[in-house]
Amino acid sequence: MTPWNVALLGILSGVIAFWLVLPPVTSRTIAVPLVVGGAGIAAGAWTIRQGRLRAGWGAVASGLLGMIGGVFVTRASAAHLSDVITWSTLVEFTLVFMTPLIFASIGGMFSERSGVVNIGLEGMMLMGAFFGAWGADRTGTWVGGLAIGIVAGALLALVHAVFSIHLRSDQIVSGTAVNFLALGITGYLYNDIYGNNGTPGGLPAVPNVSLGWLGSIPPHELGHFLHDSLSGISLMTLLALALVVVSYVVMFKTALGLRIRSCGEHPRAADTVGINVYAVRYASVTTSGALAACGGVFLSIGYVHSFTENMTAGRGFIALAALIFGNWRPFGALWATLLFGFSSALAPQLENVPPWANYSTLFAALPYVIVLIAVAGVIGKSIPPAAVGRPYVKQ
Amino acid sequence: MTEPGPAVEAEQEPEAPLGLAARLELWQRAGGVVTPLLTTIFAFFMGGLVVLVISGKNPLNTYKEIFDGSGLNWFGSYCDFPCRSAGNLQQTLIQFTVLILTGLAVAFAFRCGLFNIGGQGQYIVGTVVAIQIGVSFPSLPAAVHILLAMAGATLAGAFWAGIAGFLKATVGAHEVISTIMLNWIALWVASYLVGFGGPMQDPHAGPVPITQEISSSAKLPIVWGSQLLQGLHIGLFVALAGLVVYWIVLNRTTLGYQVRAVGFNAEAARYGGISVARNYFLAMAISGAFAGLAGSMDILGWQYRLDLTSVQTYSQIAFIGIAVALLGRNGPVGIFFAALLFGALKTGTSTRNLDPNVFRPELANNLTQLIQGLVVLFVGADLLILYVWRVRRKLRLPQRKGSQA
Repeated sequence: MTPWNVALLGILSGVIAFWLVLPPVTSRTIAVPLVVGGAGIAAGAWTIRQGRLRAGWGAVASGLLGMIGGVFVTRASAAHLSDVITWSTLVEFTLVFMTPLIFASIGGMFSERSGVVNIGLEGMMLMGAFFGAWGADRTGTWVGGLAIGIVAGALLALVHAVFSIHLRSDQIVSGTAVNFLALGITGYLYNDIYGNNGTPGGLPAVPNVSLGWLGSIPPHELGHFLHDSLSGISLMTLLALALVVVSYVVMFKTALGLRIRSCGEHPRAADTVGINVYAVRYASVTTSGALAACGGVFLSIGYVHSFTENMTAGRGFIALAALIFGNWRPFGALWATLLFGFSSALAPQLENVPPWANYSTLFAALPYVIVLIAVAGVIGKSIPPAAVGRPYVKQ
Repeated sequence: MTEPGPAVEAEQEPEAPLGLAARLELWQRAGGVVTPLLTTIFAFFMGGLVVLVISGKNPLNTYKEIFDGSGLNWFGSYCDFPCRSAGNLQQTLIQFTVLILTGLAVAFAFRCGLFNIGGQGQYIVGTVVAIQIGVSFPSLPAAVHILLAMAGATLAGAFWAGIAGFLKATVGAHEVISTIMLNWIALWVASYLVGFGGPMQDPHAGPVPITQEISSSAKLPIVWGSQLLQGLHIGLFVALAGLVVYWIVLNRTTLGYQVRAVGFNAEAARYGGISVARNYFLAMAISGAFAGLAGSMDILGWQYRLDLTSVQTYSQIAFIGIAVALLGRNGPVGIFFAALLFGALKTGTSTRNLDPNVFRPELANNLTQLIQGLVVLFVGADLLILYVWRVRRKLRLPQRKGSQA
């Protein structure tokens, strides 16, 4: 067995240690998480001694978390647990909360892989959210809303691109400015057009995909679970998941992706072999705006069905965090958004239990703590593209 | 006119992309006071266009009303009691106080080549600590209590930013990412603390997410106006002193010299025997200290208690610090005027001060956001600045021809 597999087993046993104490198994003895989590830590320690530091520390962390979390959970009452842990609801809402994050962080990946830092994802999402709602209202179809939202997000990204590529602004300053602009533009137009009444009810919505056949999958309980958690899945959630695969293929398996990445790693070398660095960067940043806007459109007409001022509320920054946590890779970002989506889905569930209601707010800080730990390099180090953030001056 | 030689050309068009602090140095040399002024005028012009085209209102009337709402018309006009413009000016100056300090928080880090985007988080921990100290020791003498609360908030801000500085110094974690994360951590933890059932919520407030009021010994003395009407508190002088301290630390101390050296060129500074890691940490901590102090000014000066809206919405005032520092070109004088501009803009567009018949305050709030965005966008564009610089050089060149030839 290779050290890598052992570490994987260690990480898994950390997760299992936590899972065993939750419904439906709901083991009530303290020994179960201690033993299983301990096994994870041991596996991690062994891996570290074999020299695979990153995987090893990951397994140790996972085992430790599973152990501590598990011990805490065994001390809570079983009735409370089943109020909080309804797996089908958790899966359903994890997917809902993941969707905008996936769009934005994949968007961010295009921009950052081409060498342009995109702090402005938040603003681009917000543009998508407002113009998606406005477009749906005006055109009367959700497709129109989606298209107009995408164009608005891409235009804002184009502003960021012009300033950070041609005018050589500091990319973080420019991204911050773009966020302010988006707040101003969407807030102003929203108040001017919709006033105090808010967006009209019955906006055309992104349709759900009917997956009724899931219920008939044997065994009965599995089918029931799949039906409950996935039957209301939005079309855009499926598109987001497809986007992860597509962007992986484009970024790592095609010549285009190689060009984008080379502009982000060594623009001078890319220029030397005839790649138009400016064109690639413009296209990538604009694409990132369009994708982030898709996330915004999902928020306004896919999930909430209205627009409110600053409705993205920091999701663009979580998406950025997911991108970093996922090491600027599509599947890495997917796992990170899964983690963040799950913690967002769990927070409202905690409110079902009065003594825990308080902690749901505290829980919202968790994704950010995880990213802070990740950028600190405790569990392996995130390495950005080499030339990210540096304007390229053609010679 | 003579053709500029290759050396001049190289100076004008920096070949390698510049670092943050080197860029700021360039801006100071190249743009002077002209680019910030042009940027501001342009941003207001664009804002006026939006008012005219989208809302169909007269932009000049709107700006006049915002100006009056900011209370700046108090200067040079006789005012009867109760004086509306005096009251408005007090509000503007209260915002001015906080904006100077949050501007300094961004500017100090800039000088070390760091982008402290975490002013919001540092401000929030400052407010939380100020409340805790303000509520806790009701029997202390006023001067001691106030100083204790201010010191606590300052240290809290320094600690919060210091985390990012420490990570930058030790493992090289990018300060922008870590300060953004620290913003949200501070926001949610503070929301938990003051929220319903949270440990700092006032037990008598029922479901209202608000803390207890700080004891009267911790309230800052009011120097203009009345406490009941949110008069101007003594914090204004703290902020002005902050400007002086900022200048002295940067320009007259070894620490300031080292911070600037690291900001200008970290490699050269390291070669010269300066500890880059130590200065990254110190610059972030000092920068967070300013933001934490800003938090205590709001709490001790006029809010007196902290509620959920202040934590989640009002704390965004720290973001305006970015615009203040950039527009003020990181100098104390520039920050003074930039803070006054945004303080006036924020007060003038507030729901309380703007006449809805002239222009709806909800729109005006967003107009402020828009102007702020345009200012930050244009003030940071290297090439625009270089262009302005070149035009200036062309204008000046004929006079200096003799000395250059």
